Amino acid sequence: MSSDAGPATPERAPVQEPPARTRGRLSPAKAIERFGLVAAWAVVIAVFGALRPDTFMTSANFSTILGSQAVLVVLTLGVTVVLTTGDYDLSIGGTLSLSAMLIAVLNAKHGWPIGAAVAVALAAGAAVGAVNGMFVLVFGVDSFIVTLGTGTVLQGIVLWISNSTTISGVSNTLVDAVVGSSLLGVPVAFYYGLALCVLLWYLFEYTTLGRRMLFVGRGRRVSRLSGIDVRRVRWGALVATGVISAFAGVLYAGTTGGADSTSGASFLLPAFAAAFLGATTIVPGRFNPWGTIVAVYFLVTGITGLTILGVQSYVQQLFYGGALVLAVALSQYPRRKELRDAEAG
Amino acid sequence: MASASSRALLEVTGLCKSFGGARALSGVDLRIEPGEVHGLLGQNGSGKSTLLKALAGFHEPDEGSLRVRGEEVALPLAPGAFRELGLAFVHQDLALVPALSVTENLIVSRLAGRGRGRIRWGVENRRAAEVLDRYGLTGIEPDAPVARLTQMQRALLAIVRAVEELRADDHAAPLLVLDEPTAFLPRTGIERLFALVRSLVADGGSVLFVTHDLDEVRELCDRVTVLRDGRCAGTLDVARTTTDELVELIIGHRLERRAHTRADVAAGAVRLRARAVRGAVVDDVDLEVRAGEVLGVTGLIGSGFDELAHVLFGSRPGRGEVEIEGRSHDLAAFTPSDAIGVGVSFVPADRGSDAAIARLSVTDNVTMTTLASHRGRLGLSRERMEAKAAELGERFAVTPNDPALEMAALSGGNQQKAVLAKWLQVDPRVLLLDQPTQGVDVRAREQIFAAIRAATASGTAVLCASADYDELASLCDRVLVLARGRVVLALEGPGLSKDDIAEKVLTSTSTAGVLRSAARDAVTTPTN
Repeated sequence: MSSDAGPATPERAPVQEPPARTRGRLSPAKAIERFGLVAAWAVVIAVFGALRPDTFMTSANFSTILGSQAVLVVLTLGVTVVLTTGDYDLSIGGTLSLSAMLIAVLNAKHGWPIGAAVAVALAAGAAVGAVNGMFVLVFGVDSFIVTLGTGTVLQGIVLWISNSTTISGVSNTLVDAVVGSSLLGVPVAFYYGLALCVLLWYLFEYTTLGRRMLFVGRGRRVSRLSGIDVRRVRWGALVATGVISAFAGVLYAGTTGGADSTSGASFLLPAFAAAFLGATTIVPGRFNPWGTIVAVYFLVTGITGLTILGVQSYVQQLFYGGALVLAVALSQYPRRKELRDAEAG
Repeated sequence: MASASSRALLEVTGLCKSFGGARALSGVDLRIEPGEVHGLLGQNGSGKSTLLKALAGFHEPDEGSLRVRGEEVALPLAPGAFRELGLAFVHQDLALVPALSVTENLIVSRLAGRGRGRIRWGVENRRAAEVLDRYGLTGIEPDAPVARLTQMQRALLAIVRAVEELRADDHAAPLLVLDEPTAFLPRTGIERLFALVRSLVADGGSVLFVTHDLDEVRELCDRVTVLRDGRCAGTLDVARTTTDELVELIIGHRLERRAHTRADVAAGAVRLRARAVRGAVVDDVDLEVRAGEVLGVTGLIGSGFDELAHVLFGSRPGRGEVEIEGRSHDLAAFTPSDAIGVGVSFVPADRGSDAAIARLSVTDNVTMTTLASHRGRLGLSRERMEAKAAELGERFAVTPNDPALEMAALSGGNQQKAVLAKWLQVDPRVLLLDQPTQGVDVRAREQIFAAIRAATASGTAVLCASADYDELASLCDRVLVLARGRVVLALEGPGLSKDDIAEKVLTSTSTAGVLRSAARDAVTTPTN
């Protein structure tokens, strides 16, 4: 792929005479690769719209689709941060649960002001990331294993502090801030996800830190030999993902007005499915925020449409599980081909 | 030693192999008699590894024939077919699994092949103990993990395993191929390895011993075949050949003395000074490089010459002191980022994993170390980065000069030029190079040399680690030869030729120790 065209980098200064692969001219194959998922999304909408015009093709339905998935959007964007630096974080679901539950317990049960409860929840997310980073970077354990463990520990902590119950009654201030109002007919929650997307897009495209994260994810040894503090970048990414996951928990508490001990886990797989699917589009081959947004809404639209058609709820698992495996397989395909070519040559 | 008229154990005739347009082997003959230790010698690129890979069935030869015990064998061999012919290979990396036990490593090929159901560990361990005992490898516990063995014990184990596999296949006169098994071994106890090899031969087997070390050849081999530029330079009886004759045969008689115009080196100030540097192999090395000077560092494989640049850059653990422009730094706490901070650039040898990120664009690769200077009003400016990359591509003759291309799309030589551009754009005070033209075509090589010379002309001090003597002769003002981690010789121009360097390196293991103190004096005394 040409190095990286963010979707919103419009014109380029003419640099020399560009041969085949610069980004001003987009070959049809590249265009299909970059915008294939967007087109697929449009097709999905058209098909369900044709099948159920009166229920699917309504502004209320689209408002629900866009607004209801803010939690998943934020969580998925968060995990792309750590994936970009080449690590896994499987504790994002646990962090989400912990964050929502801390808000519910501190605010609804102990009467803390909502602002303080949110601050504690976000700090907890940072602490989870820091602990993950310690095991990954100080003890040298693979991030996949570390976060598989810490995620489970977090689930245990959530059950513990909540006595395994669902807690409701979180301050209306938070609920209002998340779903109380809407803009252009879409709940304000959607715009939190959008804002985070723009923030990450700027980070990845226009900051030295974003470049360094990409370098670390793609070539740790090269990065180290180029003077990049690889440990600090990886650690920082784990902490950032923790904080963003906790922010997703804040949105969850605001959306539902409370917290339960299990739902965080159910977000884990959809987040990974959408992140990997997102890496096949817009900037193919790279975890990128706009692709992530497209992927989340593509999956959610499909599931919503099938639900409207009356398909059972198990379709969710089929859809998300299948999407994860297919997305990863798709993203491996060009690399496998290159490897084969390299061996043949 | 059998006479030439008797039936050879293995006979290769007229073997040819080309890669693309380049001939790696042109008509190589090799004849190994039953019961001999046959040395295979030659410089890097002489065709040794291509020959071995053809025997292992990894490369398909273009022409040539192979006879084993008098029987014609059809070429190419299928991969792995060598086992049926009674051949076994022990490569330099030994192919042992450190986390598994000695017994498990011994029977690994049996486990990998036919499934035999239950493994009776008691029986296997006892059998392993017998095998170890038979070869006199006392002190190795069958159930100990290989990771706990010494380097020497591991090498012995790998050889014993190969021999046992041959024995299991029941070949009367097997051939064991040892591909530089000794390069990374300490000298202490090497006698045991030699004794093991000799006992094999006494049992009727033969050994093909690939090495760079002429001392080992003298000690162990009956006859040697020398390869040079893909051809047989000759097959000799070791007892009737002097070391000098061997060296001459290895490097050939083409004494192409390059006139190397020496820059006014002595006038330059000392830019890089290292004292008592130690690493995994490097052992107490002192050196200094002046502004505008190119200091070569070379040696046989395993001598530590290729580790030195890494240690000085802080990218591999080391101890000692490095002084850059008069400011001293403790290597124990020196990192690549520190090194870059004081004006040191390092071009590592391993392009794939150390020097370039293949799956990122040329722009990203060359601007890695200078990102901060490409900030615009709204953060990083891709336009500026690409313009800079295009300008560097122009200056360093990267073709095609399209900075948006993925690094992987460039040829090896052009990738290397881009890597050089990345590190030279900042006008480093000190440039460390590790085999800068490895795997690079002739044209790119000249362009890279030109870029390095241009850097020295503007005062950069260069240290170049390399095993390519032609490269050293073309670039260097002085060359240090390392053996067993220490500097044993300092060669100085003018008129430093490829052959001089090759000769000194090939005999460096004999000079180790004797010349050590003298060499150190030569190194630390400023040249004038």
